[in-house]
Amino acid sequence: MATTAEGFDIHQDHGHGAETHADHKPGFFVRWFMSTNHKDIGTMYLIFAVIAGIVGGAISGIMRVELAEPGIQYLQWWAQFMGGGNDMNTALHMWNVFITAHGLIMVFFMVMPAMIGGFGNWFVPLMIGAPDMAFPRMNNVSFWLTVAGFFSLLFSLFVPGGSGPGAGTGWTVYAPLSTSGSVGPAVDFAIFSLHLAGAGSILGATNFITTIFNMRAPGMTLHKMPLFVWSMLVTAFLLLLALPVLAAAITMLLTDRNFGTTFFDAAGGGDPVLYQHLFWFFGHPEVYIMILPGFGMISQIVATFSKKPVFGYLGMAYAMVAIGVVGFIVWAHHMYTSGLDVNTKMYFTAATMVIAVPTGVKIFSWIATMWGGSLSFKSPMVWSLGFIFLFTVGGVTGVVLANGGIDDNLHDTYYVVAHFHYVLSMGAVFSLFAGFYYWFPKMSGRMHSELLSHIHFWTFFVGVNVIFFPQHFLGMQGMPRRYPDYPEAFTFWHEISTYGYYIMAGSMIFFFVNIGYALVAGRKAGANPWGEGATTLEWTLSSPPPYHQFETLPVITDSNDYHDHRPVTA
Amino acid sequence: MMMGQMHTRMKLATLAALAAAMALFAPVGAAAQDPAVSAPAMMAAPAPGVAASAPAPDGAAPAPAVAEAASTYTPMAPTKGKGMPTSFQDDPLKSITFQDQYSDNGEYALWMHNVILMPVITVISLLVLGLLLYVVARFNRKANPVASRTTHNTMIEVVWTIVPVIILVIIAVPSITLLARQYETPPADAVTIKATGYQWYWGYTYPDHGEIEVISNMLSDEEALKRGEPGQLAVDNRMVVPAGVPLRIQTTGSDVIHAFAVPSLWFKMDAVPGRLNEKMLTIKEPGVYYGQCSELCGARHAYMPIAIEALPPAEFAAWVKAQGGSMPGQDGAEVGVEAAAAPAAAPAAAR
Repeated sequence: MATTAEGFDIHQDHGHGAETHADHKPGFFVRWFMSTNHKDIGTMYLIFAVIAGIVGGAISGIMRVELAEPGIQYLQWWAQFMGGGNDMNTALHMWNVFITAHGLIMVFFMVMPAMIGGFGNWFVPLMIGAPDMAFPRMNNVSFWLTVAGFFSLLFSLFVPGGSGPGAGTGWTVYAPLSTSGSVGPAVDFAIFSLHLAGAGSILGATNFITTIFNMRAPGMTLHKMPLFVWSMLVTAFLLLLALPVLAAAITMLLTDRNFGTTFFDAAGGGDPVLYQHLFWFFGHPEVYIMILPGFGMISQIVATFSKKPVFGYLGMAYAMVAIGVVGFIVWAHHMYTSGLDVNTKMYFTAATMVIAVPTGVKIFSWIATMWGGSLSFKSPMVWSLGFIFLFTVGGVTGVVLANGGIDDNLHDTYYVVAHFHYVLSMGAVFSLFAGFYYWFPKMSGRMHSELLSHIHFWTFFVGVNVIFFPQHFLGMQGMPRRYPDYPEAFTFWHEISTYGYYIMAGSMIFFFVNIGYALVAGRKAGANPWGEGATTLEWTLSSPPPYHQFETLPVITDSNDYHDHRPVTA
Repeated sequence: MMMGQMHTRMKLATLAALAAAMALFAPVGAAAQDPAVSAPAMMAAPAPGVAASAPAPDGAAPAPAVAEAASTYTPMAPTKGKGMPTSFQDDPLKSITFQDQYSDNGEYALWMHNVILMPVITVISLLVLGLLLYVVARFNRKANPVASRTTHNTMIEVVWTIVPVIILVIIAVPSITLLARQYETPPADAVTIKATGYQWYWGYTYPDHGEIEVISNMLSDEEALKRGEPGQLAVDNRMVVPAGVPLRIQTTGSDVIHAFAVPSLWFKMDAVPGRLNEKMLTIKEPGVYYGQCSELCGARHAYMPIAIEALPPAEFAAWVKAQGGSMPGQDGAEVGVEAAAAPAAAPAAAR
C-alpha cells in the first residue's frame, strides 16, 4: 500500500468512506498555507482584500477628519503615535505618508487582489469548465507575494522616511522626491512592497493567460467565453505588459537611492520626467486593470437579472480589448503640466478621448441588455445599476480632463481626485460589491440578507456621492491635491465631503453585519439561487462547489452561445 | 459578402458623419473664437506700444518720477473674489465653478469648458440616468414578465459608436485650438521671469532686469489677516509683473519637482530640477492673483503659495528700480528701444 507517491499525497484518505473524493479537503495548515486550490486561494485573496480595504479606508477617514476644517488638527498626534517627533514638519510628513499608504493599499492590496486574485481565481476556472488554474502552486506563490508586499508597505510606516516615519512620496513615487528627497529606509520598503506585489501579479497574469487559453471546456471557443473571463484575459495581458515597466522604473529608483546611479537625476545626466513616463506607461494600463474585471462582472450580473443574454456580446468583448490596447498609448495625459511639447500634448489629448468610444459602447450595451428584459432588483443588480450611472459620471469628467489645455487648470486639483474616485471608489468598488453579492451564495453556500444589502447600497451610494461630488467644486476653484491644510474659502465643501465619509463608513456596518448574518444564520443556497438568467457554468455546480470540480469536463453546446440568434435552452 | 458590404457602408457612413460634423462645427468654432480672437488683438495692440514706450520716458526724464514711485511702492491690496478662491458663504454659485479668468487663454479655456464640455457631459450623464430609470420602470419583472431575446441591432450599435466619435471631434476642435494658443512663442521683448521652486518657497528672478531676485515665503495666517490678505495664499514678497504685456514664465526646481500654478490665469507648469519649462502668459489687468504649489514636494507642500502682483507697466518699471534692477535697454541711455529686444532669450527655446 505505502508507495512512495502516497507518502507525498496530501489527500490521504483517513477512512472517511462516505466522503466523495471530489470534496475531500486537506488539513488546516496544508489547506490554507500550502494551498493549490483556486477556490481557497480566491477566498484568501478576498479576505486579504477586505482587511487591506479596512486599513486603507481607515486611513482615508483620518484624512477626511483632518480636512473637515482648515488648520492642522490631528496630524501631530498621529506623528507621535507613529513614533515620530513633535515638530510641525513631522506632522505634515505624516499627511504625505497617509496619502501614499491610502493610494498604494487601495490600488495594490484592495482592488487588485479582490478583483483578480479573488473573483478571478474563484470564477475563471469555474466559468470555463476547468478543474483548477493551470499552475496551482504558482497561484499560491502569487498570493503570498502579495501578502509579503503588504507587510513591506506596513513596515515602511515605522522606519524613517525623511521628515518623519514612513514614505511620503505619493503612490506615484516621483523622483527626485523619492530619491534625494526622502532620506531613510521607508521609501526603500515601499518600493520593495511594489516589487513583491508586482511580481505576484505578473505570476498571476501568466497563470490566467495559460488557464484561459488552454483549459477551456470542450466546445467553449473564445467567442463563447463569458464576458467576465474575457475581461480577465484582457486584464492579464495588461498586467503582463505593464508591470515589468513599473518594476524597471522602481528598480532604477532603488539604485538611484542606494547605489549612486543617476537615472532620474539631472545632475548626473538623468531626467526626473523619464521616471514619470515609465511610471505612467504602467500607471495608465493599471487603471484599466482595476476596472476591466469590474466591467466583466457587471456584464454577467446585468444579463442574469435581466433574464437576457448580453447585448452585443462581440462588441462588448472587443470593446474591452480596444480599451486595453488604447490604454497603452495615452499615458502622458497624466503629465500634461510636466513640460511636454505642444504636438505631444495634442496627440495625447486626441488619443485619450478615443477611449470614451469603446467605454460608451459598453455603457450603452448594458442598457440595451436590460432593454426588453425582465428585471429583478436583487442586490447585485442594484449595485450594477449604481455602477453604470456613477461610472458614467466619472467617465465624462475624464473627457474634460483629457483636454490638455483644460487640464492646465485642473491638473493636480481635487477635480482629478473626484474624477478618479468616481471611476474607482464608485466604479471599481461598486462592481466589487455587485460581484460579491452575486457570488457570495456560490462561494459560501449561504444566502445573504437582501434587505441589509439594499440598505448597504443606498447608504453607500449617498455617502460616496456626498464625499466626492463636492470635490469637483473644490478642484475647479483651485484646491490642490495632497494638501493637509487649505485657505478658508475651501472650508464649506471640505466639511460636506467629510460628512459624506461618515455616511459611507456607517454603511459599511451593514456590509459586515450582512456577512456575519449570512455565515451564521443565512438560508442555504441552492446551486443556482438567481434563476434562469444565470447561465454560466458556475451555477451548474453546488453551492459551495465541491473542493475539486469538473472531474468530468462539461461540454459546451450552442445553448451557451452568447452572440448568435439561436434560442437558449439552458 | 454581406459583411464586406456592411463594412464599406459603415466606413463611408463614418467618414460622411465626420466630415459633416467638421463642416457643421467649423463655422461655430470660428465664430465662437471670434471674441477671443479680437480680444487678444486689442490687447496685443497696446502691449508692444507699452513695452516700447516704457523705456522711453525712463530714457528721457527718468530720475525724479521713478525714484518717487520707487520709494512709495506698497503691495497692492487684493480684491475679494479676484485671483483667489471664493467661499460658499460669500457666493454659493462662484464657489462651485472656476475662478474668474484674467488671461485670454484662460477666458478661452473657460468658454470651452462652460459652453462645450459642461453641457455635453451633463447631457450624457442625464441621458444615461434617464435611460436607466426608464428601463427600471418599464422593464421590471412586474411590467415585463417575459424577457425578449434580442441581442443584436447593428444599426443602433453603429449609432452609439459614431455619435460619440462625432461629439469627440466637436470637442477636439477647440481643444486643439486652445493648446496651440497656450504654446504660442513669446515675442522677443516679452518680460522674462524665472520661477524656481525650493523646499518650500518660491524664488523669482528677472534676468532682463538686472538679475533681481525675489524670495517669496508664505505669511502666517495672523500676518496675512493683518495685511488684509487671504491666509495660506499671501506671501511676504510677491512676484511683481507688468499687466497687459506678454510674460515669458520659466520654471525650474532646485531640489524636487514643484508646480507653479495660478488658477485665475489658467496657468500651471511643473518646476522640474534640471529642466527649464517655458510658457507665455499675458495678464489682462492689474491685480493680485494667488496660486499654490501643485506637485507634491514634501512636508510643507501646502505652505508655498504663489502671489502674482500685476501692475501697470510704468509702476512695474518703478518697482524694478526700487529692487535695484534696471529696465532692459535703460543702462545705456543712447541705446534706446532697439536694444530692448536684444537681451531676450531666443524664442525657439520655447519648445
